[in-house]
Amino acid sequence: MNIHEYQGKELLRANGVPVLDGVHCKTVEEALDAYDLLNSKVVAVKSQIHAGGRGKGTLYNPNTRDHVMDGGVKIAFSRDEVKSYSENILGNILVTIQTGDEGKLVSNLYIESGCDIEHEFYLALLVDRENKAVMIMASTEGGMNIEDVAHETPELIHKITIDPNSGLMGFQNRDLGIALGLSGKALKSFMKMLASMYHMFVSNDCTMVEINPLVKTKSDEIVALDAKVSFDENAEFRHKNWDTLRDLSEEEDVEVRAKESGLSYVKLDGNIGCLVNGAGLAMATMDVIKLYGGEPANFLDVGGGANEEQVKTAFSIILEDPNVKGILVNIFGGIMRCDIIARGVIAATEALSLEVPLVVRLAGTNVDEGKAILAKSTLNIHPADDLAEGAQKIVALIGGGGQ
Amino acid sequence: MAIWIEEDAKVLVQGITGKQGMFHADKMVEYGTNIVGGCTPGKGGQTVELQGSNYPVWNSMTEAITETDADATVIYVPPPFAGEAIMEAADAFDTVKGEGVIVCITEGIPTLDMVKAVAYVYNRPGVRLIGPNCPGIITPGETGGAKIGIMPGHIHAKGRIGIVSKSGTLTYEAVAQTMSIGEGQSTCIGIGGDPVNGTGFIECLAAFEADEQTEAIVMIGEIGGTAEEEAAAWAAENMTKPIVGFVAGATAPPGKRMGHAGAIISGGKGTAEEKFAAFEAAGIACAKDPSELGSVLLESLKKAGLR
Repeated sequence: MNIHEYQGKELLRANGVPVLDGVHCKTVEEALDAYDLLNSKVVAVKSQIHAGGRGKGTLYNPNTRDHVMDGGVKIAFSRDEVKSYSENILGNILVTIQTGDEGKLVSNLYIESGCDIEHEFYLALLVDRENKAVMIMASTEGGMNIEDVAHETPELIHKITIDPNSGLMGFQNRDLGIALGLSGKALKSFMKMLASMYHMFVSNDCTMVEINPLVKTKSDEIVALDAKVSFDENAEFRHKNWDTLRDLSEEEDVEVRAKESGLSYVKLDGNIGCLVNGAGLAMATMDVIKLYGGEPANFLDVGGGANEEQVKTAFSIILEDPNVKGILVNIFGGIMRCDIIARGVIAATEALSLEVPLVVRLAGTNVDEGKAILAKSTLNIHPADDLAEGAQKIVALIGGGGQ
Repeated sequence: MAIWIEEDAKVLVQGITGKQGMFHADKMVEYGTNIVGGCTPGKGGQTVELQGSNYPVWNSMTEAITETDADATVIYVPPPFAGEAIMEAADAFDTVKGEGVIVCITEGIPTLDMVKAVAYVYNRPGVRLIGPNCPGIITPGETGGAKIGIMPGHIHAKGRIGIVSKSGTLTYEAVAQTMSIGEGQSTCIGIGGDPVNGTGFIECLAAFEADEQTEAIVMIGEIGGTAEEEAAAWAAENMTKPIVGFVAGATAPPGKRMGHAGAIISGGKGTAEEKFAAFEAAGIACAKDPSELGSVLLESLKKAGLR
């Protein structure tokens, strides 16, 4: 789960990590009030969306798609500039390298005080899958795309791995600061900041905290100028406040509804809907559709113990996508019995008066009963014995692949 | 032989009085698994009826292992308590007998709980953790065998193919593919789809290489992380037995989580393309379609003079 920069900074501030003064705004008037309140010579006017690359992004009118302004993060030197930048950002679509061409509607702004920057660093805390531990990664090359730095000058990226039993130790913290070229007051400031940030990471079940840039000011203070914070959704049960931080407009509505029904759904661009049990098999089903010349319309995992009702919900979610020209059901029954799935498929196709071609591949527990139930039905259901046959059949039935 | 779990292994069930735990414990007994009881704190002294017989419940894992000399435990405890359940089992196995296998089925455990639990298990070298978020491990026997998890037992048969996979249902698919060419399995292991888990691919490959019963291996990966690449590089140096591979997620869009918490391509790393390339570079025979795993395996067996 991702949160906005302004929410991430509130969290950092509450945990003792230095950030600049700033105000979250939803209107131009609020932005102007924020400017008056901050009383800073220069302020940053920052679009709030769940995607990176905002500074180099472009704003468009949501209706006409006319170009409005370059840059989703602007530095304003006057009240008038705050006004015009806010007007250009709020209610418009921001397209960045991470949003895709459709971009994201900006409804939130963050107005933040300026500071005298002496150097920009990169800092990230994340869960390192290979070492099965929290890793802290830092570089002297802040403000840039870290993937480029990793590729071109890997020696400029410094990493430390945290033993969960001992936590971030003082010497690790100090070594990292020294590797970044810090000393004296700045090193002390860095160590205090990082200890606070590690504590915040662990106590809030973060999966990532990325600060790019982290800056050293001319007065040797270390300040987080940006904040990208993600939480581990598995830990939601112990963080009741996440509900208030969640911005549902940033999530696909249909994916949220699928999750509420215990289904895992991701919309894709193709035209063959997939209904599968198990995440790995669901991915493999999409891959095989593509292999035989089709394009999957979605990823959909109904889970290990889906009932008739969930199968019906899954069908209706797939059919919401107007691009869907056919559906492939691929079930390897383990705990889930094929006869139950077969009944669910029939009930769903009848209830939804399904018009697109349907191929059903069943295997595993009670497969013969399942196949018999489908064979007896008068509905237009095409059986398949394995995944390859199922994919070939559905691709042929919709008249080949393509969009 | 098989790996880690013998056909007659004595198995405990953590969370045996819960709905999931009881359902699957019953299925395991039905398959022939040597279930010796279970553990639910606060319900010690009760019994649970599985397939018409009564099985004892203990309050703690230390007590349960001391009383039964269990070889393994399987965890069906809900996510908020599963990390703790792993550590309790690890401590008990280590203290009572110095070794044991922990299989954690639970899906949805907080990642930082797993970071802690994995480090805890790592500090007890005789203890092995499989999972979490996995179908478990099964060693099929001539009749029955040891099924420790949620996989459908009846699709398996004893044989010489070792299977290791990140995915549940895709493992069943691989099992069905070996059966389609008349081959059974030595041991099948689901290592789980979470970003932080216990036993990894390399440990499974090493155990299969050392196991006399296993003559070839099917390895199924999926997008996310670099475990497949590392396993391939390791296999190129250390494996003499033929390996057949598949990676799920070639069509997955970057940045999206595909069901499994770990299945996400981030920053251009962890793609199926890279993983397939690493497999091929290591001499692993790849199936581009899981329905072809059987035929690719058959070819590999022939090439190795095993058919």
